Amino acid sequence: MRSQVPRCLSALVTLGATLLSALTPAHAQVNLAGGWGFRFHEDYSDRWPGPRAGDYMGLPINDAARMAADSWNPALITMPERQCIPHPSDYGTRSPANLVWWNEVDPGTQRIIAWKFRLSWMSPERTIWMDGRPHPPENTRHTRQGFSTGKWVGDTLVTWTTHLKLGYIKRNGVPRSDRATFSEHWMRNGPYLTLATIVYDPVYLTVPHISTQTFVQDDTLQRLARPCYPTIEVPREKGLVPTTLPWANPDLKELALETGLPLSVVRGGTDMTYPEFIMTLSTLPGTPPAAR
Amino acid sequence: MIFKSPKTLHALPLLLAAVLAVPTMAAAPALRDRMKVPNVVPPLDPNEVTVLPVRDNIYMLTTSAGNITVHFGDGGVMIIDSGDGTLTPKVLAAIRALTSRPIAYVVNTSAEAEHIGGNADLARAGSPPGVPDADPQIAHVVAHEAASLRMQKASPDQKAIDSAGWPFVTYFVDTLEMYFSGTPVQLIHVPAARTDGDTLVVFRRPDVVSTGDIFSPDRYPVIRPERGGSLKGTIDALNRLLDITVPEDLQEGGTLVIPGHGRLCDEGEVVEYRDMLTVVRERISDLIRQGKTLEQVLAAKPTLDYDGMYGSTQGPWTTTQFITAAYRELAKK
Repeated sequence: MRSQVPRCLSALVTLGATLLSALTPAHAQVNLAGGWGFRFHEDYSDRWPGPRAGDYMGLPINDAARMAADSWNPALITMPERQCIPHPSDYGTRSPANLVWWNEVDPGTQRIIAWKFRLSWMSPERTIWMDGRPHPPENTRHTRQGFSTGKWVGDTLVTWTTHLKLGYIKRNGVPRSDRATFSEHWMRNGPYLTLATIVYDPVYLTVPHISTQTFVQDDTLQRLARPCYPTIEVPREKGLVPTTLPWANPDLKELALETGLPLSVVRGGTDMTYPEFIMTLSTLPGTPPAAR
Repeated sequence: MIFKSPKTLHALPLLLAAVLAVPTMAAAPALRDRMKVPNVVPPLDPNEVTVLPVRDNIYMLTTSAGNITVHFGDGGVMIIDSGDGTLTPKVLAAIRALTSRPIAYVVNTSAEAEHIGGNADLARAGSPPGVPDADPQIAHVVAHEAASLRMQKASPDQKAIDSAGWPFVTYFVDTLEMYFSGTPVQLIHVPAARTDGDTLVVFRRPDVVSTGDIFSPDRYPVIRPERGGSLKGTIDALNRLLDITVPEDLQEGGTLVIPGHGRLCDEGEVVEYRDMLTVVRERISDLIRQGKTLEQVLAAKPTLDYDGMYGSTQGPWTTTQFITAAYRELAKK
């Protein structure tokens, strides 16, 4: 009997703690603060070495997006006006970048006003407002990180981002317009942080584009400064813009020729975002070896 | 009894937690609801004037006919462009809500109807700079000389405006410099752009540029060769604008850009716009080199990838009109 008393007390303390935690407001059930290291087990070749020119596989894009990507020239990023541009916010979390999260609290109520995080590459900073503020009107400035609000849905942080500058959903020139919005679903499971991003673009996408990424907790990560200063890397005539004529781009068939995949598949489309497309793929004639 | 059953006691918190979790799970929206795109950005009312603070004492007034820039201080009020005139009472009310100082200057970035229609009424509502008791009581309208000449005589597609709205101050050189209400203001002529009388207005201390229709992030530029405009001049003007703008960090922010139409911008959008026009020029030039006719060029859709952001199939300036104007200019070479 004597030995049972501490166990009973322990049980009561546990019960009390459970009740208290149940009374905690629905927000901020999950702590995201700290460092999160990227992992590339999913879509490795797209995200770390980078996609091939003309590889639009699996993307629900329209002809306008294809034309933009067909015209994309990698020399664009050597222009002084573009050298220090970070990835757009919907792509940044998919790029080779660690995250460091922290929050901003109201000093009076200690409620979280905003969750913030900074990516390692180019150090862009995201702010996700949690205080219920509205999105700004449409004539307000757009930024590469956009304007984000968030709320907890169960243990998932769901965000909405608007007011984006022109960006891309793949870093081989597949565009994402400045009319697009996107949602994020941040889900923490112990040391793992999984992100599902859904991009809605009325200009370049036929259906929403969904991608997922996973990060692993890493408290050694630090926020980094922004050491980028644009300069003349390649002397050019004033106003010259590197571009490729979309009807004369020699690189677009490269992937199909090397792999034997049908060119129509390499060019992307709505159908191939669904699992059953694998059945269709088996019926399509591949790019003949003679053409390789 | 319960104290005699520690196993049950230990299980109770888990049971309680499970019971408490049920309503939380039930409150989570279905996946299909999460997939909806919420309309979280409030749309602008086309019949109203929307006031947006830009920086310091500079404001952007958004109207359906285009943007109006308002700068004010001890010297009074300077207005860049006056709209098409249909909303002038509301424009005036918006300015009066910002300041009671007299309107001293109305600067025009071009002689296009949607930027000068309110000149006369706004000028009459002001007084000459530094002379609040002058007779007549009228603010000074400022524009490039070529724009001034076009305002004073009718053309086939545009009426001459009320003489009260004609420029009192004109310039014919590259730049006109003024110091007004605490900031240097530079009027920079960009020749043969939309027309032959276009002006960029640079507010140096607050680091803001008002571009007129040289740049709008939501439409292709109107090119009026019959009024001295050209695609080449528009691209040159954008390159001149990029010489002026300086981004703050990660190549955005810094110099703010008030476009002729659409949202407040910075250098980022101007770069995209300059690049778009340069790329379109390259494509149409290549098609011309291939011997394509105008009809064949239109059928080739050389602007397809940009049409969703800048194009229009209706209204006063369609994508077809833009491509046609570019083709005719480039085919002359």
